[in-house]
Parts: sequence; C-alpha cells; structure tokens
Amino acid sequence: MAELTVPNLPSTVPASTATAQASAIPPGSVGVVSPQFISFNEPLALTSGQVLPSYELAVETYGTLNEQRNNAVLICHALNASHHVAGIAADNPKDIGWWDNMVGPGKAVDTDRFFVVGVNNIGSCFGSTGPASINPETGKPWGAAFPMLTVEDWVRAQARLADHFNIDKFAAVMGGSLGGMQALSWAITCPERVEHCIVIASTPRLSAQNIGFNEVARRSIISDPDFHGGDYYANNTVPRHGLSVARMVGHITYLSDDDMAAKFGRAQRAPADNGEFHYGYDVEFEVESYLRYQGEKFSTYFDANTYLLITRALDYFDPSRNCGGDLARALQAVKAGFLLVSFSTDWRFPPERSHEIVRALLKNQVPVTYAEINAPHGHDAFLLDDARYHAVVQGYYDRIAARLGLGEREHITGVLA
Amino acid sequence: MSQDAIAPSHVRADLKRIASWIEPDSRVLDLGCGDGTLLAYLQNSKNVVGAGVELDDQQMIAAVRRGVRVIQQNLEQGLALFDDQQFDTVVLSRTLQSMHNTEHILREMARVARFGIVSFPNFGYWPHGWSILRGRMPVTGEMPYQWFDTPNIHLCTLKDFEGLAQTLQLRITHLATFNGNKEVKLLPSWRSTLAVYRFESPNKKVK
Repeated sequence: MAELTVPNLPSTVPASTATAQASAIPPGSVGVVSPQFISFNEPLALTSGQVLPSYELAVETYGTLNEQRNNAVLICHALNASHHVAGIAADNPKDIGWWDNMVGPGKAVDTDRFFVVGVNNIGSCFGSTGPASINPETGKPWGAAFPMLTVEDWVRAQARLADHFNIDKFAAVMGGSLGGMQALSWAITCPERVEHCIVIASTPRLSAQNIGFNEVARRSIISDPDFHGGDYYANNTVPRHGLSVARMVGHITYLSDDDMAAKFGRAQRAPADNGEFHYGYDVEFEVESYLRYQGEKFSTYFDANTYLLITRALDYFDPSRNCGGDLARALQAVKAGFLLVSFSTDWRFPPERSHEIVRALLKNQVPVTYAEINAPHGHDAFLLDDARYHAVVQGYYDRIAARLGLGEREHITGVLA
Repeated sequence: MSQDAIAPSHVRADLKRIASWIEPDSRVLDLGCGDGTLLAYLQNSKNVVGAGVELDDQQMIAAVRRGVRVIQQNLEQGLALFDDQQFDTVVLSRTLQSMHNTEHILREMARVARFGIVSFPNFGYWPHGWSILRGRMPVTGEMPYQWFDTPNIHLCTLKDFEGLAQTLQLRITHLATFNGNKEVKLLPSWRSTLAVYRFESPNKKVK
C-alpha cells in the first residue's frame, strides 16, 4: 500500500502566507512550491515482465481537492520535465514550473477551482525512483539494472498515486507530447477514472523517423566511453558528451525549420577579422553555438540512463498494437471526453497524428474537440504563450468546471490576461 | 451555463427552420459551425449529439466556450475524419457558395450522413437581375460584398442547385426560402434571398 513519507498537505504555500518571497510572486502564480515524496511499497509489475519492488514518486499539487474529490487534474510530463509544473521552486526561486503559463489561479487550468497534481514518473532523475536511485537489493545505484518502462507502466504508477489521494476519477488528465501519450493511455487503461482527456501536440505512436531520431540520441549516449554500460555512477563518470549530442538532436526536432531560420538563419558566430569563415570544425554558425550550449547545459542536470529509458518508452508506445493496428478498436472502451490540440509546424508529431486520434474517437462516438493551431514554433509551441491555444484550453476547462459545478472563473491571468 | 441557453427568439429564422428538420436525439454534424449557435440550440432544444467543423480560430474558441464539440479543419480538405454515415444529418449553412469544390463537399455530405441540409444566398433574387441590367454586380444583405472582395465564388439560383442535386442523386425532401428573417412562400425563386434545402443521401443505408 501507499505509505506516506510526507504528510498529505497541500504543497503550495498560498501567496499571502509566503513571507519573504511574497513580493516576488507574480499574479497567476501558484506561489512557492515544494515537492512531496510518496513511497509505494507494493511491487509494481511492469509491461516488460520485470517488477519494481518499491518506488517513490515526487509530486507537487496546486489548489485544493474539494469535498466530492471530483476537481482533480493530473498533469503528465514530457521527456525532460518533472512534477514541477507550476510555481516557484522553494529551493531555487529561478526554477519556475515548466507549464507555469498554463496552470495557476486564473490561468487556463485554474487552480482556484481545480486541484492540480504534477507527478514525476518512475525512471526519471527529478526525485522519483530512477536508475540513479539505490537498488534496495544491492545497496548501489540501479544503473543498467533499472527495469525498462512503458507509458502504461507510468499510468499504473500514477493510478496508485490517485488511490493515495483518494481520487476515484480525474476531472481531466492532461499532457503534451509524451505527456499526451500518458493522458491517452489513461483514457484507455482506466476509462472509469478519467472524465476528460487532454492530449496536446502528441501522437498515437511514433513514426519510423521519430524512432530513428531517438536511436541516434541513444547511440550517442551508449557509445560515449564514459557510459560504462549504464553503470557510470559506480565509475564516478557521466557520459556528458553523448548526452549533450542526444539533446542537440532532440532539440532540432522540437523546433520548426522556419523558427530556426528566424532565430539564427546562417548568422556567423565570431567570424574571422575579415568576416570570413575559420575553415575548421569549431563553431562557425550561431545555431551551432546555441545547440552546443543547450546540449551541454542539459548534460549537467539530466541523467543519461533516464534519457535512454524515456526515449525507449516513447518508441514502444502504440495502444493499437494489440488490436491489429486498429486505433479505433484500441479506443473502444474510452469513456472520457477529449480535447486534442496540434500545431501546424510541429513536424515531430504533426497534425496528421492528431487526426488519427480524432478519427478513431469519432468512430467510437467519443465526444471530441480538436484545435489545430497555426503557429510557427514547431513541437515546442505547446509550452509557449499562444493566445489561441490557451483560449481553447481555458474554454474547455471552464466547461468542465461548469459541468462539475466548480463555480465560475473569478479572474483571468497568464497568457490571456 | 448561461451561454448554452440561447433563447429561440435569438436564433435566426433559417436556423430555426433547419432545426425543425432535425430529429430529436439524432447525431448532427454542422460544417462551418461558426460560434456553435445552431449546435448549442440543437443540443438544448432537441437533445442532439452534435459536432461542428470550423476553421476560424476565434469562432472555434467561441464554440468551445459554448460547450459545443468542434473540430478545427478546412472544409476544402473534405471530411476525411468522418466515417461513412457517421451522422444522421449534416448541415452546411451559408457556406456552399464560398467552397471551391462544390460537388465534392455535397458528395462528402451524402457520404457521412443520411440527410443533408444546405443553405445559400439565392442569386435569382429579382433585384439582383435588376442590378445586373443596370450594369452592376448585386450587393445585398445576404451577399454584402463587392465583386472584387467577395468570398462567394459559386453563386447559384434555386433551379441551378436543384439541377446539381439531381446530378448527384440527392433527393430533395424539403425547401424553405427566406428574405431577411421572414419566410417567403410566394414566388420564392425571385423573392427570396436565402434558400435552405434538405436532401436525402443516395447512400442511405437501409435499416
């Protein structure tokens, strides 16, 4: 059973009582937040056949769970994100939640009315049990021995978290990209526990091209001499170069060609005195400098084994697999209403992938709303401030609130303010 | 839920007529649903299960705020997201005249639903003829555009539409004609500014 290691208190410090930082809290922020760490000692049977004997999940919550316990929203994170969805991290005031523009009092996901749960997945390196955690059997970091994971495993672990909070049914399960896959998987695997499923910039399965990019990223990590077969913790090394290259590849796929052209074009970085090239393999172009910087920064805080695990889980995801490739059949049991959003320039998970989901849902007569936002920013658009995108999400949540009797929106903050 | 509650008096006469042709508890697809007024009205007054298709961002957002299910898509791309006979009735209100591929959208309508309802400005409205006789393209309430900025590219009269419907084997079951918010019964092909047709799909499955 779930065992509480930290008292079940709201992890949000209301803005009014957060003393020192109060003046620094902008309107629409959930305030200063700290994670809770919740231990689960019941073994978790994984899709791979392996078993995780016990695990801990890092969780942040915002807003208040109401008496009927029907106003909970689960936010599923994308590849390099975590439980820190919104607000200001207590231990680092510069660490703002990755979806802070979406979640907060008066924002699209209005924490005045909804109780929002941000959870870090198992396998991650941001507080939940992962490859860098201590394997209870050996007393050493799991490293290469950490079991392989799937999106469905994450959903199972999250379902236990819902049990822990006594949440029978989420008003919404929501996520972008990999988070959208988790939301979709929730609607399929726990149809009774999801009122609404919100899938943003996502896909029902990866394409060969997607898997190809993931493989390049993984090979760059695995072939780094500092990787040591995944047991680099014991060797006191980190495959920094491999991880950095992996991130560079990934980063390119998150942006659109137009966006990169607008940001960098062919601008030169520190050209020779006469404006010429240096004719070598050091940085010549701004875009190289940017990608190297992003890659190196990433390699200082992200765990290489986690990157491998998560990209593999992405590859494996395909709910239609057990239904002969028929997504509509895979979605037959779904009971949730759906909101899907895609972005026109997202070439990682283009609108056509969302169309597949929309089509399959319509086939099953599942209520579905679909917005296709004409935005220039590629896959990353789902994290950015696009008023149309936020207005759709806000409108949808306001309808959920109305149906559940959660009251009217008191004010509008954030992107739409 | 105030946005849902659209008083019947605020719904245009042609939309009310369209609603009168739609069976309660049926499944309706509204193409070019705008802000979802018709679907919201149908959901409330007829317990219809509806979905809309709308391209414009602001209209789409307005429809979401109304609690209407809406799919953002360009109708010119067809109705590939929808299965054969997925709906009972499909509505195309005041949009046919601005579609590039008129035949295709009508065929698609007949594919996805048992019944189709279309409305379009009647080019046969007699002042139009008068305007053309005087040497100018007509500009009226239903077609308020100048010839150079109009989105309307396929204007037709009632007879023209009936001819196309016949070619496509759409069996017309109902016709209503309007001038402004008033229904026109006498000499409609001259006196009406808006025509609303209901047709039965040749693909209708025998139940």
